[in-house]
Amino acid sequence: MNEKIVIIGNGVAGSTLALQLAEKGNASVTLISDESSYFFSRTALMYVYMGHLTKMQLEPFSRESWDQSPIQRIMARVLSITPEDNELSFQTSEGDVKQLPYDKLVIATGSKPAFYNWKGLEAKGVLGLYHLNDLEKLEKWAPNASACPEAIVIGGGLIGIELSEMLLSRQIKTTLIIRESFFWSSHLPESDAQFVEKHIRSHHINLIKEDELLEITADETGRVSSIQTKKGETISCNLVGITTGVRPNIEFLKTSGLELDKGILVDEYLKTSDPSIYAIGDCAQLRNPLSNRSAIEPVWYTGKLMGETLAQTFSGQPAPYKPGIWYNSAKFFDLEYQTYGKVSPKASQLKSEHHFHWETAEKAMTFAYDKKSEVFLGINTFGIRLNHRIVSGWIETGIPIQEVIDRLEEAHFDPEFSNRHYKQIKHAFIQNH
Amino acid sequence: MHSYRTTSKQKVFTYVGLSGLAVLLLAGFTASFLKSTGLFLGLGFISIGVIGYTFSSYSGLPVGIKNNGVWYQSLTSRGIIAWAVGVVLTAFYIVLYFYPEHLEGLIRLFDPLSEGLSGKKASQWFVYGVLYTLAIVLFGIKFIVKYKHSKYQKYRTYSVIFFQTIFAFLIPEIMARLNGDLPYYDLKSIWPLNYYLFDGYQLDGFLQNGSLGTALLIFGILSTLIITPILTYKFGKRWYCSWVCGCGGLAETAGDPFRQLSDKSLRAWKLERWMIHLILVWVFISTVGVVYSYLLQAPDSYLLGPKTFLISVGLLLCLVVGLILWKRRDWLAKDAQSSTIAISSVIVLLLGFFFFSESDRVLFIPSYQIRSAYGFFIGSIFSGVIGTGFYPILGNRVWCRFGCPMAAILGIQQKLFSKFKISTNGGQCISCGNCSAYCEMGIDVRAYAQREEPIKRASCVGCGICSAVCPRGVLRLES
Repeated sequence: MNEKIVIIGNGVAGSTLALQLAEKGNASVTLISDESSYFFSRTALMYVYMGHLTKMQLEPFSRESWDQSPIQRIMARVLSITPEDNELSFQTSEGDVKQLPYDKLVIATGSKPAFYNWKGLEAKGVLGLYHLNDLEKLEKWAPNASACPEAIVIGGGLIGIELSEMLLSRQIKTTLIIRESFFWSSHLPESDAQFVEKHIRSHHINLIKEDELLEITADETGRVSSIQTKKGETISCNLVGITTGVRPNIEFLKTSGLELDKGILVDEYLKTSDPSIYAIGDCAQLRNPLSNRSAIEPVWYTGKLMGETLAQTFSGQPAPYKPGIWYNSAKFFDLEYQTYGKVSPKASQLKSEHHFHWETAEKAMTFAYDKKSEVFLGINTFGIRLNHRIVSGWIETGIPIQEVIDRLEEAHFDPEFSNRHYKQIKHAFIQNH
Repeated sequence: MHSYRTTSKQKVFTYVGLSGLAVLLLAGFTASFLKSTGLFLGLGFISIGVIGYTFSSYSGLPVGIKNNGVWYQSLTSRGIIAWAVGVVLTAFYIVLYFYPEHLEGLIRLFDPLSEGLSGKKASQWFVYGVLYTLAIVLFGIKFIVKYKHSKYQKYRTYSVIFFQTIFAFLIPEIMARLNGDLPYYDLKSIWPLNYYLFDGYQLDGFLQNGSLGTALLIFGILSTLIITPILTYKFGKRWYCSWVCGCGGLAETAGDPFRQLSDKSLRAWKLERWMIHLILVWVFISTVGVVYSYLLQAPDSYLLGPKTFLISVGLLLCLVVGLILWKRRDWLAKDAQSSTIAISSVIVLLLGFFFFSESDRVLFIPSYQIRSAYGFFIGSIFSGVIGTGFYPILGNRVWCRFGCPMAAILGIQQKLFSKFKISTNGGQCISCGNCSAYCEMGIDVRAYAQREEPIKRASCVGCGICSAVCPRGVLRLES
């Protein structure tokens, strides 16, 4: 008999695992989701509202290929799991509660928006941007600028910027409120943050810094009408988008007996405290993260990598999760951003790390290196594409910053004919160094 | 309702452009009344309309990708307006190809312009050429403004505008003025896209016009056999399809708003492979047959006798196919190998029929009939009526993808013998799908990018839009 593997969640982690197991063909795989019948790219939700893509185009694999695969898919919400009995219970959309046994269980339930206990959250027109449903809510409450002239977005991370860009695409006047004194200060050094802020403002976003949401006020129909901030301002609005981060979606595991912290605690083989239960993706929290990497990393590629790693383990070649050098990318309106390695946001407070920042009107780069040894640590790049493999290689081997500056053109990944700035950067580095 | 509606400025310029078309039509019906003023007003209004629309759409906006609302607008998402435009375009092509007598008034309107250029009266093809070139120039400007942040996009658009206006439009007209007997020859239109290049009357034209005619004929042969493979080896098929070609030029400019409509299904890909290669076989056989029958008429008057011609064609074909099957045996899937062998055997068999029957009949059908059927079904119906008329429904590269035999040859070269590829950037892909959605050739780019594999596909015309719309900088065209 084939081993029965049940995966909860069909996001990138769960779907990658399911597809790879199906390809190897030595287990029976069941994939449970309460969100969508087919795997879609969550990171691209914004493009549907903006009219760049249809909902169907978000799906990385054709529906045909899913229907033809041996993976059994169930649309249902998992209510609880009972590790002692190797069983979980779920509720279908018709309301029936059923039990499902498993040999191995994989939890890949992702994240959910982290809402704090603000007053007025229940008002109509308050939403996050995570779930497929959020797109429907947005379409309902902010279909256009006449139904929704003004919107407020709380929280200045990547999702906050995405939501602002979405609203702006429908000419909705948007105010972005961030708690910190500069944009995304948990990740960006101040010079980079200022560069991004300039770009945000050039798109006519009203950026309010160092203030926070206090409460939301609704009108007599229950629809959002204004918010009050901690600093005492009242801002009228028709929509409140809350993008103050995400947290692991693990409420249903409270009674399971699994060891939980912020997320589900897993070892390097992605195994939880129960030997037949694993957790991957945003909901997993590594007990021993690699240096320079976090215990929970809610990004697309880590979910994918965990899915791939676990697929290998399940097919008899146990593989520890090895994400390598940290990297990520994003797009702030029209400004592309890539990061490799470690660029500490507050280098001024760190004794050992030095930064070299270079910028023009449209492009910027920040190089981080060790103050003493001058070893290259990482880079943030804005408006310039760099070659992932080459930059990661430099960080892995630990070459000196001078060599990185000299060899920067090797990592060139911009389209043909793009302006090259490597000489300028070199020149600026010499003058600064 | 969402607010991806056209602004009032955009509307005004749309009406100005449409009124230009209306002036042309009206003046066409009452040619005696408006004459050259009508031509001037019509083309002028069209130009003001397109340029005005362009600037009211993009000026003052930050540079970047401009795809907001693509799937919400009727014209770009197969709505009513798209169908209406499709019907009008298709009707225009049908009248142009098969009932040009109804365009008589319109054609006479273009007489002054034609006489100014070549000294001849306008024909329906002159009218078509002017409108075609104007479309590439005007919508090319729109494309350049839309992609002003990308030099690759700008440069290749300058290039298609240049080749269309100078090579396709002006040079042939001027050549006609200098030497009226020379065949109308758009130098950048290469066989087999230019399927009539070796027709009898063309060959007469080349051979009876001294050294210039001979030089043009030699250039025509060399451009297929030597220039094309070299350039494709160095740059990929894009050097032609999205930098030089007139069909590609129209697709990339006027057709740009429709690139997302291409069919990405596996079924479409299978159909594409069969169709494009069978059309290549068709044009190959009919061209060989037509040249053979030309040589048969006067077997001793040319350097190349009819039988020598057939033998060299046969040898060349065997050489090329042999080279592919041997050099690239590990790259080709089983079905690709077997169908290559089967199709080439059929062609060699047909050449054998020619050879031994000493007639140009293919299974009792004279080759000029095969050639004229090709001209009708492929040259007119497919490339014109369906290829362009259906832009708003099937996307802008239907002809290039399913029909063009030139694209088929370049595709084989690109897939098997070229430095061109699209590199993917490590693990940065987020599977968003923009690359696949905006690929006009229907390539599922994302399928490669999310597996971190380079893209080396025969059909890729190297337009570079996948790389431009990628929000994570994952794709890079390289050669």
